[in-house]
Amino acid sequence: MTLTIILAGVAVLLALAPLAVTIRDPRTATDVVYGISFIVSAVGLAAALVQLLSAAPPLTLALPIGVPWLGAHLRLDALSAFFLVVVDLGALGASLFALGYGRHETAPGRVLPFYPAFLAAMTLVVLADDAFTFLLSWEFMSLTSWALVMSHHRVPDNVRAGYVYLIMASFGTLALLLGFGLLAGPDGFYTFAQMRAAHPSAAIGALALMLALVGAGSKAGIVPLHVWLPLAHPAAPSHVSALMSGVMTKVAVYGFIRIVFDLAGGPAWWWSIVVLALAGVTTVMGVLYALMQHDLKRLLAYHTVENIGIIFIGLGLALAFKSYGMVFAAALAFTAALLHVFNHSLFKSLLFFGAGAVLTATGERDMEHLGGLIHRMPKTAFVFLVGCAAISALPPLNGFVSEWLTFQAILLSPQLPSWGLKILVPATGALLALSAALAAAFFVKAYGVTFLGRPRTRAAEAATETDSYSLAAMLLLAFLCLLAGVLPGLFIDALAPVSTALVGVHMPEQSGGQWLSIVPVAASRSSYDGLLVFLFMVISGTLAAVAIHRLATARLRRAPAWDCGYPDASPATQYTATSFAQPIRRVFGTTVFYAREHVDMPPPGDTRAARFTVELHDLIWEAIYAPLAAGIGYVADRLNRLQFLTIRQFLTLVFVTLVLLLLVLAL
Amino acid sequence: MNGLLDLAVQGAQMLLVLALAPLLTGFVRKVKARLLRRRGPSLLQPYRDLARLMGKEVVLADSASWLFRVIPYLIFAATWVAAALVPTFRTGLLFSWSADLIAIIALLGSARFFLALAGMDVGTSFGGIGSSREVMIASLAEPAMIMIVFTLALIAGSTQLSSIAEFMLSPAVGLRVSLGLALVGLIIVAVAENGRIPVDNPTTHLELTMVHEAMILEYSGRHLALIELASSIKLILYVSLIACLFAPWGLAPSGAGAVALATGVSAYIAKLAVGGFLLAVFETSIAKMRVFRVPELLGAALMLGLLGTLLRFVSGSF
Repeated sequence: MTLTIILAGVAVLLALAPLAVTIRDPRTATDVVYGISFIVSAVGLAAALVQLLSAAPPLTLALPIGVPWLGAHLRLDALSAFFLVVVDLGALGASLFALGYGRHETAPGRVLPFYPAFLAAMTLVVLADDAFTFLLSWEFMSLTSWALVMSHHRVPDNVRAGYVYLIMASFGTLALLLGFGLLAGPDGFYTFAQMRAAHPSAAIGALALMLALVGAGSKAGIVPLHVWLPLAHPAAPSHVSALMSGVMTKVAVYGFIRIVFDLAGGPAWWWSIVVLALAGVTTVMGVLYALMQHDLKRLLAYHTVENIGIIFIGLGLALAFKSYGMVFAAALAFTAALLHVFNHSLFKSLLFFGAGAVLTATGERDMEHLGGLIHRMPKTAFVFLVGCAAISALPPLNGFVSEWLTFQAILLSPQLPSWGLKILVPATGALLALSAALAAAFFVKAYGVTFLGRPRTRAAEAATETDSYSLAAMLLLAFLCLLAGVLPGLFIDALAPVSTALVGVHMPEQSGGQWLSIVPVAASRSSYDGLLVFLFMVISGTLAAVAIHRLATARLRRAPAWDCGYPDASPATQYTATSFAQPIRRVFGTTVFYAREHVDMPPPGDTRAARFTVELHDLIWEAIYAPLAAGIGYVADRLNRLQFLTIRQFLTLVFVTLVLLLLVLAL
Repeated sequence: MNGLLDLAVQGAQMLLVLALAPLLTGFVRKVKARLLRRRGPSLLQPYRDLARLMGKEVVLADSASWLFRVIPYLIFAATWVAAALVPTFRTGLLFSWSADLIAIIALLGSARFFLALAGMDVGTSFGGIGSSREVMIASLAEPAMIMIVFTLALIAGSTQLSSIAEFMLSPAVGLRVSLGLALVGLIIVAVAENGRIPVDNPTTHLELTMVHEAMILEYSGRHLALIELASSIKLILYVSLIACLFAPWGLAPSGAGAVALATGVSAYIAKLAVGGFLLAVFETSIAKMRVFRVPELLGAALMLGLLGTLLRFVSGSF
């Protein structure tokens, strides 16, 4: 039943795409597309929640469309249901936001048809139960999102973003295609049920892991395959950026989990080493990249890379525990990863919505031109602050819970027998701790430069509060961030069927505990109670406020800023995003980005202005992608000559090739 | 009945921390002054300062937002809740299970997050310099602290502070290399987190050297009083933390009688005095570091924590 409802929703979305083209009036088209998308995702969300919470047995459906002898197999099990919740919740928020935000779109005709199709594609990926349907939906998802990235195609940066995205997406799909080909085996078992039953050999499983890591990892943004992500995500309209960063990366995580945990058979111990090493690097590199940016949307996109790293740390630990049969620890790590998937989809969507609201209000994405928006957009500033605090893993919000669970999983890993893991897991823990602290620094920068201080430009000075649809979407997500932080037990319990399905067991029941505290292993070992921490903070804050207003004088006077006696009227004297990151750039960037600072100081008597420039290098791009691109260009140039041969030369070429092929066959 | 007593002990401990925090700050100042052969202000001076600040009007910068006025309360609340969860004179606090050591660090992280935002709010260059340096220091101090917590948690088999303290009291502890590493690391982190010399100087208002003071430069009146009180609480929190982890002697076990509680309180005050004295001696005997030397110091703390954790991963006997 639930599966049918969801599929009906997909059909509606797919029908909506061509319909959007036919509606002439852009305002009506916007309302119709986002309104219907909102309703469909609300229904889909309800259906997925029913399926997940009732822990019903998986539903399957085979449709007679697609490849003739195969059809299209669809399946809604606990894992799909959970990711469907993530997709539909993100889609619900984005559609609600876009009801207001979409009206400011300059080229609605380039966004509206692709938006519902993109939503439908993500839903289908999660539901697919055979390799063809999966890959087809995956490609459809890539192409529709590519079209959305290219919606403002006159901006030169966006064209480059779209180009890089298209290449990386094709490359990722190629890896997945090969992976599924290996899992399908010589007999062509293309349905997931057959693959699961076939129990692939260790070598096939290992190759499938690598290909899944490349294929799904490139879509999710694992370093060094992340290069397209910070280009493409910010290029799209903000609600689509939110979907790409908050939801599509999670669909990629789904692909990875489906292949590695479900289809590729029992993991070997070294799988986790590969995953953990990549994840640890991804976490720290993601946040360091983000710290060096000053484009509000681009830095949010870079920061997604960090969170993907955190999710993959959880998955890597789960793989490690699973391979040694420590199922309860595996359930803890796996649940931590899934909870972070959910949490990140909430706060990253919220933050992109906030960035979109700022973009509409000021027309600026560059933080160096913003500032002081808290005065002009107090409500947006408040919800954005909640998002920043949640993503910086500050208690009592939700980001802290999933990081805390990941830390708890790390603390269980000394029992792992492998030496490689004994060394790698603490190092990963240190990287995770480092990235958590850097993330807090990063969001102080993002929030402080954009919303606090004094406006740096006229545009920032003239900003106005965003519309009520956008605010409602952001408030909804902010509220969910608080709810998931204060009552994490409920959310963890909802993940139990997913964990049972993929690692065999689930975490102990959480919602029955004292004051709804969460206890991963045993109460004497560790526990955390978001509700109590929240209550304590509220109580002690209120007590302090009451006491202060009783004891202290309430007098207050507005005056110019003190600033140690040297206040400067120019807002240019404030710290900017670049100067805020300078200490961290000096500490980490000198090695990681080969950061160099150049001061061009004119000699005495010269009246020209002194200049300060910062030189940053993206070493991953320069070491891997630039040589690759240059190599391909070189080969293409050489092969170009083949176009201009005479007819005799062509005939000779064909003849020689034939002879060579015959020789190969003969030998 | 037992629950009521537990509640009373928890309340007493929260009030004790709040009441003693300015005294410890005053004590450290006094000892530092004596070491420099000055008379120094009275021990009660911090209380007088707080009372004076409360009575003064707030001078709010024109460009300050609502957030600037809310943040002192947030910082105070987060710090006080964190301090309430550290056992001072008795283990097994009533609410100790509501947040473990990682959560306590994260609570302090919340306080710092908001303080750094406050530095950015008015839009002056000093606020910015303070915030940007503070987050740089925190970006190394916080992971170092987490790694130290990992070491302790792997030794005691728990991240619950009361359980760790009880384990440290038991004879099962013994002398361990990893504990020594954790202690050195924790002291470095405590010095950095509280903005003491050599990382930051709490008494300076010299532009280029300040971190914490630069962030709170625009605060005045009751807001400043709250922030000052919160930083005193943070200092006492770290001293209590080191005391309950590495010198848990005299700590009354849960369910102890009045005599044990009295011993616990007097032992706690003695530990605070020793801690404050050592801090003052340490601060007088070294000079402040350049800002860009601080990462090296904190990097050392991070490495110590990581080494401790690695040792625990490799073998249970270290």
